[in-house]
Amino acid sequence: MLRTQNKLVRFGGRVALLLAALWLMAFGALADISKSVARFAEDSFPETRQAVEEISASGVDHVAELLEALGAGRLFVDPETKTVYYRDASGKAHLAATGAEVSSAPAKLDTVRVNNRIRSDVANAVGALTLRATDPARRIAAAEALFKSRDASALEALDAAIKVEKDARVAKKFAEARAAILLARDATSRQERLEAVETLRARGDPSAAAVLRGLPASADAETRSLAANAIAAIEQRQKIIGYVQNVWYGFSLGSVLLLAAIGLAITFGVMGVINMAHGEMVMLGAYTTFVVQEVFRAYAPAYMGWSLPIALPMAFLFTGLVGIAIERGIIRFLYGRPLETLLATWGVSLILQQAVRTIFGPTNREVTAPSYMSGAFDFMGLSITWGRMWIILFTLVLFAALLVALKATPLGLQMRAVTQNRRMASSMGIRTPFVDAMTFGFGSGLAGLAGVALSQIDNVSPNLGQTYIIDSFMVVVFGGVGNLWGTLVSAFALGVANKFMEPMAGAVLAKIFILVLLILFIQKRPRGLFALKGRAVEA
Amino acid sequence: MITKAFFARFDKLAMWFVIFMIAVAILVPLSNLLLPASSPFHVPTYLVALLGKYLCYAILAISLDLVWGYCGILSLGHGAFFALGGYAMGMYLMRQIGTRGVYAHPVLPDFMVFLNWKELPWFWYGFDMFWFAMLMVLFVPGLLAFVFGWFAFRSRVTGVYLSIITQAMTYALLLAFFRNDMGFGGNNGLTDFKDILGFNVQAQGTRAALFFLTAMSLVLVFVISRWMVSTAYGKVLVAVRDAESRTRFLGYRVEHFKLLVFTVSAAMAGLAGALYVPQVGIINPSEFSPANSIEAVIWVAVGGRGTLVGAAIGAVAVNFMKTTFTTGLLAPYWLFALGGLFVFVTLFMPKGILGVFSDLADKFRKPKAEAVTPPKLQVAE
Repeated sequence: MLRTQNKLVRFGGRVALLLAALWLMAFGALADISKSVARFAEDSFPETRQAVEEISASGVDHVAELLEALGAGRLFVDPETKTVYYRDASGKAHLAATGAEVSSAPAKLDTVRVNNRIRSDVANAVGALTLRATDPARRIAAAEALFKSRDASALEALDAAIKVEKDARVAKKFAEARAAILLARDATSRQERLEAVETLRARGDPSAAAVLRGLPASADAETRSLAANAIAAIEQRQKIIGYVQNVWYGFSLGSVLLLAAIGLAITFGVMGVINMAHGEMVMLGAYTTFVVQEVFRAYAPAYMGWSLPIALPMAFLFTGLVGIAIERGIIRFLYGRPLETLLATWGVSLILQQAVRTIFGPTNREVTAPSYMSGAFDFMGLSITWGRMWIILFTLVLFAALLVALKATPLGLQMRAVTQNRRMASSMGIRTPFVDAMTFGFGSGLAGLAGVALSQIDNVSPNLGQTYIIDSFMVVVFGGVGNLWGTLVSAFALGVANKFMEPMAGAVLAKIFILVLLILFIQKRPRGLFALKGRAVEA
Repeated sequence: MITKAFFARFDKLAMWFVIFMIAVAILVPLSNLLLPASSPFHVPTYLVALLGKYLCYAILAISLDLVWGYCGILSLGHGAFFALGGYAMGMYLMRQIGTRGVYAHPVLPDFMVFLNWKELPWFWYGFDMFWFAMLMVLFVPGLLAFVFGWFAFRSRVTGVYLSIITQAMTYALLLAFFRNDMGFGGNNGLTDFKDILGFNVQAQGTRAALFFLTAMSLVLVFVISRWMVSTAYGKVLVAVRDAESRTRFLGYRVEHFKLLVFTVSAAMAGLAGALYVPQVGIINPSEFSPANSIEAVIWVAVGGRGTLVGAAIGAVAVNFMKTTFTTGLLAPYWLFALGGLFVFVTLFMPKGILGVFSDLADKFRKPKAEAVTPPKLQVAE
């Protein structure tokens, strides 16, 4: 603490001015900077440096923007009137003195020249300004930038910022940035170095390891060995995180596979209908999401966030009805002729694809993710996107709902009765054709729900279903036809296996390997991972 | 003598089919080459190539009918066998380009030079020799079918499960051939062919000759298939189709019967692909797309499953429809028509076009033994 004070005194002027500027900014005081700005027009380096110092101390609103413009060569002087303009990052011209936007800057402008000293002054001034920004996210970003640049000249500003920082997260980032700067320079005491190594070890990510590797030659043996230990620990940790990340990605992929397969687990798994139009049910669900979103956009733009929850029941109902129509119109004539069913439903899939292409056009339609689905959060060093997170949760909820629907509802009971022994069920008074239609509609509705979820992560195009159909059949067959838990296990197993193979062989080869393994597996156990036993097998 | 033994087993329809195809094989090229363009009987060159393409599809359809119509194996992998044969032919044609490629490399095809490869991968060796390439056309699809079938039939993967895993196989091959480092030209496939056996692929005479060869191959494939199904072996195939378990209990090694027909059929599909490539001028991974295999199944279904002649008729009819649809105002409706065809044929025409005709014929004639054995629909296991 004392040392920081000393330094403040020693380096005096600029930092004090900066702090004053920050203080002024904090209270919203405005100063007139037109005199300082006029210095830019002199076209001399000392005058420009002076101007930077004064402006950074002034605390006007556009100071950061102005200084950034200077650093980036976007500050201009009109040689006629000596008026100073700057352009912001989007190219709009502003008056340098007031920050007011001007509609048309003069055509002939001279750029204010900068040299390296001015650039570093500007960078420090801007860095210090953002280190004290009111938004914690910007402060963290500034700290991360310092961590990367390890610019020793920013140390005083950083120390000053650490003193007043109240947010624990930001303070941690500041401390890490400070440790990185201290480690990177030669003039650091041994004690400081040891502390810095500890801080970086606690941070534990690859960039921390990179800083530790760049330890200057002046460091003593103990610091070196500590740093080496820390690097080893970080690498170990990264390895574990890598595995966990793979598992997570695998679960994410598995949930997508499960989503795609869950409706098929009913229509193919439970009913035994080879439904090649299953993928198109998923696609219809995705397009329902798109339509619901467009309706919201047109009539209730304020409630856009609700479009996804509303799309869920809509997609279920719509695809369910389409499914019932297909069952009543085509499939019921083909029971007991699985190969013909395969062909007829393939035909249906072609018709549905072309219908969607005719109505919505062949190009991808954009379904925007609501705010709660976008972005990511950090969990123990894992970066997890909200979208994936919600999809996994949604998949699990859907699966649970499916189990409940089959085990605990009257319709579920009838479904199981009909699939286990049709004639007996019929004798007991169950309307088997009705149950068939309902079961198929239910399976199709589930596919539609999957479509809503998949519209968030995949292109909504007429070919959406085609990409999933083979995978879904593989999942159902691998898990064991007619076994829902088998489908669950197989989807996640395939997902995780795929993601673990990907780094070794590349995405496409991994997929090919998985397909080949599946083909071989089916030879070995034609009835899947969890084959049904007993009478149900032959039914 | 042998020919007589062959034809003794033929029914009238098969006989007429063979005669008709031989006539087509001779007349179409002759009319293209000899008659002046103004003559009403002149067949323009583009049409020769188009008809040649249809006949390749007809060979594919017959090979598929052999396994599906007579043995009940609904293979969704025949598109892959077709494409493999096509690639084998394409590799031969690529090697024939020689120094005339864009990069003028004496050995490496253009795409390999482009990918900065230094030498020919081992699996391209020998493809500069025609006989070797032709052997591979039959051998590669046949071997794949043999290995695949050996595993699948031995573990009694039947019915829809077999369809699904053959589809998975096709899909895996599609993904594999799309990869650049596979050494088959990746996305773009093989194209820009120049010569076949020293003749220019584009030349009118070559096209006519290719057409003749295709039509004669169709006859050959048909005769072999017809012969296969009319022997005692063929009867067992039908028995497997209609009651697999019963046939097994009678003491037949069902898997051996299936394996043979599957392998032979795959080699035929490969031959179709090999004839297809020089006439179309390109082979790329999209030929592996699972949709192609299913489309081939619908040709067979449209023509009449288990009739061989019907399969060929179906292939030509559906593809003629496709050409007329996709080249006019109706183009956006082709998939509706194709999809509708799938549904219509399975629901209302389970015996296909030939079945409809033979039913009509039976109505007018006195009931007697049916000219065409209608396929008995497979009962679910």
